[in-house]
Amino acid sequence: MISASLIQAAESEDANPLVPNVWELLVVLIGFAVLLVLVIKVIVPRFEAAYQNRIEAIEGGINQAEEAQAEAAELKAQYEQQLADSRAEASSIRDEARSEAGQIVAEAQEKAAAEASRIREQANAQIAAERASAAAALKADVGTLATDLASKIVGEALEDDARSQRVVDRFLTDLESEQAQGAAH
Amino acid sequence: MRGPALSSLAPRAAEEGGFQPPTISETHLPEILPWMAEWGTGFGKNMLLALLSVLLIYVLFTWSIRKNALVPSRGQYVAESAYGFVRNTLGRDILGEKHFKPWVPLLFTVFFFVLFNNLFGAIPFLQLPTFSHAGPAYALAGVVWFVWVVLGFKLHGGRFMKLMTVPSGVPKPLLIILTPLEFLSNFLIRPLTHSLRLMAVMLSGHIIVMLAGSGAEFLMVQQEGLGSTAMGVLVLLGSIPLYFLELIMMVLQAFVFALLTAIYIQSSVEADAH
Repeated sequence: MISASLIQAAESEDANPLVPNVWELLVVLIGFAVLLVLVIKVIVPRFEAAYQNRIEAIEGGINQAEEAQAEAAELKAQYEQQLADSRAEASSIRDEARSEAGQIVAEAQEKAAAEASRIREQANAQIAAERASAAAALKADVGTLATDLASKIVGEALEDDARSQRVVDRFLTDLESEQAQGAAH
Repeated sequence: MRGPALSSLAPRAAEEGGFQPPTISETHLPEILPWMAEWGTGFGKNMLLALLSVLLIYVLFTWSIRKNALVPSRGQYVAESAYGFVRNTLGRDILGEKHFKPWVPLLFTVFFFVLFNNLFGAIPFLQLPTFSHAGPAYALAGVVWFVWVVLGFKLHGGRFMKLMTVPSGVPKPLLIILTPLEFLSNFLIRPLTHSLRLMAVMLSGHIIVMLAGSGAEFLMVQQEGLGSTAMGVLVLLGSIPLYFLELIMMVLQAFVFALLTAIYIQSSVEADAH
């Protein structure tokens, strides 16, 4: 078992704290090596992975927020564009309507004017025709009436038909020319 | 070796009747598997603690990240903060954005291995910082030194030796003195200071705690009289701030050790810039 010389040696070694115990040295070396391997293989990868996961989660969150923001900005731009478009459309529709309305009014005015002139012409023609017929009727009546009146006034001198006819015609011609002068005035 | 040590101390203490301070031997606790002593010094508490720290670190960190939740639980948050501290403060800030990624596992392992083993000194019953022994400190500093040298030669070839021993912008005659000094400082003294800084702080802290404990016990139990009992109580009360000071030192030393590791690696990665 434990020999006396070994104990002696151990004791003299222990007396100087700077002299290492070789077995302790070896055991610590082995323990350190084992721990180093475990740290390299297990602990550091796990902790680095945890770090990485967190970084990704945080950066992912930031990216997501940025994406959402970009999307919102895009939507806003889209809405604004649509609003501007619809405004422009409305104003163009208004303009169109205005010009259309002007056109309709112009057309109606034109039509009304045409109608009016047509009616006027018609009326003028009718008036002219009626006047012509009235004039023709009057011509006969006024002739007889005038000769009757004149014969009553001057007696029988004017019984002769041919003469009286000439007188009536001259009278009517005078009357007409007077009338025409009056119309010119 | 406590058994033999105590048996040799006890008679002396009894003879002189005075206070016998604890010795460095007592930081080496009884072997758990004494039969291993056939091949060395046996499997001690220290070794068990070192292996326990490996298990603890692995289980704690994998357990806290098991869900890998996007919104972390409290445990996951603490573990992620601890991981992020090593990754960002020790790795990224010192090695730079470009190079730090492959070194995160080494820095992580160094920092938490040292931290857990240091904190064992503050946990009742365990109460032994692994790195209060020279062996573990040499082992870890050796690993870092080895990484530093191999990386330097791999990245810069034979030029690495020149980069590390010939400071630029120094007049030529001075180089005769400076080059051997730089060689000594970088290749021999650096790993020694790296390991001994940690070991000395842990050992002294451990001894202070032991001293306070045994002193209080001596005053209160072995001495008669109210005065010495009161003194013992005072010593016990005084050991409480010491305990917290030790706690700070444990965390600080783990940080310093890992920070130096990062700085050494950085000096290899960017030797040109120096």
